[in-house]
Amino acid sequence: MPGPVQSIQRGAAILRLLARSSGKLGVGEIATSLGLPRGTAHGLLRTLQLVGFVEQDSATGKYQLGAALLHLGTSYLDVNELRSRAINWADALAARSCESVKIGTVLDGQVLVVHHVFRPDDTLQTLDVGSLMPMHATALGKVLLAFDSGAGAALGNGPLEAYTRRTIVAPKDLTRSLAGIREVGWAAQVEEMTVGEAGIAAPIRGHGGLVVGAIGISGAVERICDAKGQPNTALVTFVRDAARAVSRDLGAARW
Amino acid sequence: MATRYVMSIDQGTTSTRCIIFDQQGRLVSVTQREHRQHFPQPGWVEHDAVEIWRNLERIAPEALKQAGVGLEQVAAIGIANQRETTLVWDRHTGAPLRRAIVWQDTRTTALVDELAARPEASMVQKRCGLPLATYFSAPRIRWLLDDVPGLRERAERGEVLFGTMESWLIWNLTGGPDGGLHLTDVTNASRTLLMDLTTLEWDDDLLDFFGVPRAMLPQIRPSTETYGVARTVLPGVRIGAALGDQQAALFGQTCFAPGEAKCTYGTGSFLLLNTGKDPVRSTHGLLTTVGYQVGAEPAVYALEAPIAVTGALVQWFRDGLGLINSAPEIETLAKTVDDNGGCYIVPAFAGLFAPHWRSEARGVIVGLTSYITKGHLARAVLEATAWQTREVVDAMNADSGLDLRVLKVDGGMTADNLLMQCIADVLDVPVVRPMVAETVSLGAAYAAGLAVGYWPDLEGLRRNWHRAAQWLPSMDPARRESEYDNWRRAVERTFGWLQPRR
Repeated sequence: MPGPVQSIQRGAAILRLLARSSGKLGVGEIATSLGLPRGTAHGLLRTLQLVGFVEQDSATGKYQLGAALLHLGTSYLDVNELRSRAINWADALAARSCESVKIGTVLDGQVLVVHHVFRPDDTLQTLDVGSLMPMHATALGKVLLAFDSGAGAALGNGPLEAYTRRTIVAPKDLTRSLAGIREVGWAAQVEEMTVGEAGIAAPIRGHGGLVVGAIGISGAVERICDAKGQPNTALVTFVRDAARAVSRDLGAARW
Repeated sequence: MATRYVMSIDQGTTSTRCIIFDQQGRLVSVTQREHRQHFPQPGWVEHDAVEIWRNLERIAPEALKQAGVGLEQVAAIGIANQRETTLVWDRHTGAPLRRAIVWQDTRTTALVDELAARPEASMVQKRCGLPLATYFSAPRIRWLLDDVPGLRERAERGEVLFGTMESWLIWNLTGGPDGGLHLTDVTNASRTLLMDLTTLEWDDDLLDFFGVPRAMLPQIRPSTETYGVARTVLPGVRIGAALGDQQAALFGQTCFAPGEAKCTYGTGSFLLLNTGKDPVRSTHGLLTTVGYQVGAEPAVYALEAPIAVTGALVQWFRDGLGLINSAPEIETLAKTVDDNGGCYIVPAFAGLFAPHWRSEARGVIVGLTSYITKGHLARAVLEATAWQTREVVDAMNADSGLDLRVLKVDGGMTADNLLMQCIADVLDVPVVRPMVAETVSLGAAYAAGLAVGYWPDLEGLRRNWHRAAQWLPSMDPARRESEYDNWRRAVERTFGWLQPRR
């Protein structure tokens, strides 16, 4: 087993030091207190600032604990901010795929629709923002379940509700399906929620790769899937590209 | 043949953006860079034009790189710009004489009062369609001519040049001191107070009235036309369009028929209604302006209602009060309550624009009780934008004799669902967002693509417009009326706050 990671130990020491002090601290004070070279302390502080754990006073240049630390347990990205940051890419995905686009986050064991772009055919459609969908029967929900280990807790251990005969109802089957989603990095549902409809979704990641939501398309099964009933590969690429573009805007480095 | 694209440059109030679009009008890449806002004195707002040019030099190649597109694949460049922001620079060195004076700047208040007192002042609105106000460029040019020693003589000799931001960028892109093209488009020229709205030429009487030498002015050209070829930054690419940002949004929303209107929600908000080939003179506090001119075709006119403070109120809520960390969080906070709790905010931060035009008004928060929480304030912030929209839509309906049936919206604030629902509720008409929310950039791209034949005609562009979202009114009519009444009473309380110095 590898030894402790030094930079995390040092980062933790900086947070403890800031939490203990009554006022804000300068980089020099922090470096001296911890016996670190000034440059090292500065580098650590900048990273902590990037993830929101410390804040720098713009007037004095001194540091204090960041607001994000207070909300560690809850969602760190406001859903309305997520919509605002994703709106251009969601539009582009709808335009490319010619399907409707939704962005979802987890709310009490369900998928909360935080953004919805109409299918670009100018037919009558209603805005679904604010509505809730089941996690195990939607592509968005399965992505959220696959990449957020806490999200599944609310589903319990018993059999899941069946919406169609293709809904995954056995927890064992769902676990297997989620493992597959983690492996390929995207999810699909084919007539698992509504007969005749299918969807594809991929994860949206924030700093450090943390999944903050999912973006996906849904529509008639004959448009989403090929002749063999498999999700159309071009559409999968559009969805994954859109998810990556939003993630990049949110500061996820590699995605 | 490789796929071809169009690039738009949106030189805005807070940032400059480059966006690459494909033939379906879909966004391919975006790059953006903010520039500094300088506030040297209360009421003064300035931008460093050199910083803005350097930003463009940086983000334009980045946009190509991000899209994986080569220079030879760019069919044309279109420019949209913050309007009325005034710059004077040296023709031989390319150096600005002062920082650009931004459209929000009110330093010319005393000068405008003095000009308005002259007997010929009534000619101004008749000739150019705009009221004599600090908002427009001509008083700023005059202020610079009076303030910078020797500037007037140099301007008369043609050694210094005036331009709004599109002129500055085009001049630099086409060579700067080394043969740069000095031109503007009809929409930008229509915001100076110096252009005759019917001839679309600089007007000698207006030039005399403001004391602006003709030698410093750019040539006025149609909004879409191949002006020339860029020699730097994007060498070899044709520059095919320039439009003021709000006119660009009208174009991007494909409001090509008389009676079609759009509202762009940003720092301020701007409702524009296409009125066709004849200018409509307003009697309800709206501006008459040029919407666009496609090549040699006759110009299309618009009625415009500028609202000074909408998104800026949310920014104040974030930066001035610190009640939220980011602008979109206003919606989260507003949703913690069901209504405004009886509280109204009228953001007359620098007076009120359309339809009131009260420069002495200042902002108020009314209806405060101990019941009011920050959630109610957040709701009142969003409702302020909705009710201000209602006021200008009422004015527009009265001026044009048409009833607005649907409002096309765009701009950053359209990401705020609660606000969009609220606008549909108070207007009692559907509110529709198009698939591309970046309509300012899209309009500039459309106009440029049209100039070089990348898109065939206006109808072709119309087919690219698709509905991305729609909000339907769902407010009880009696409640709408009583809320509107409260809002109007709140507005009245802003009037007459600023008193002349004794």
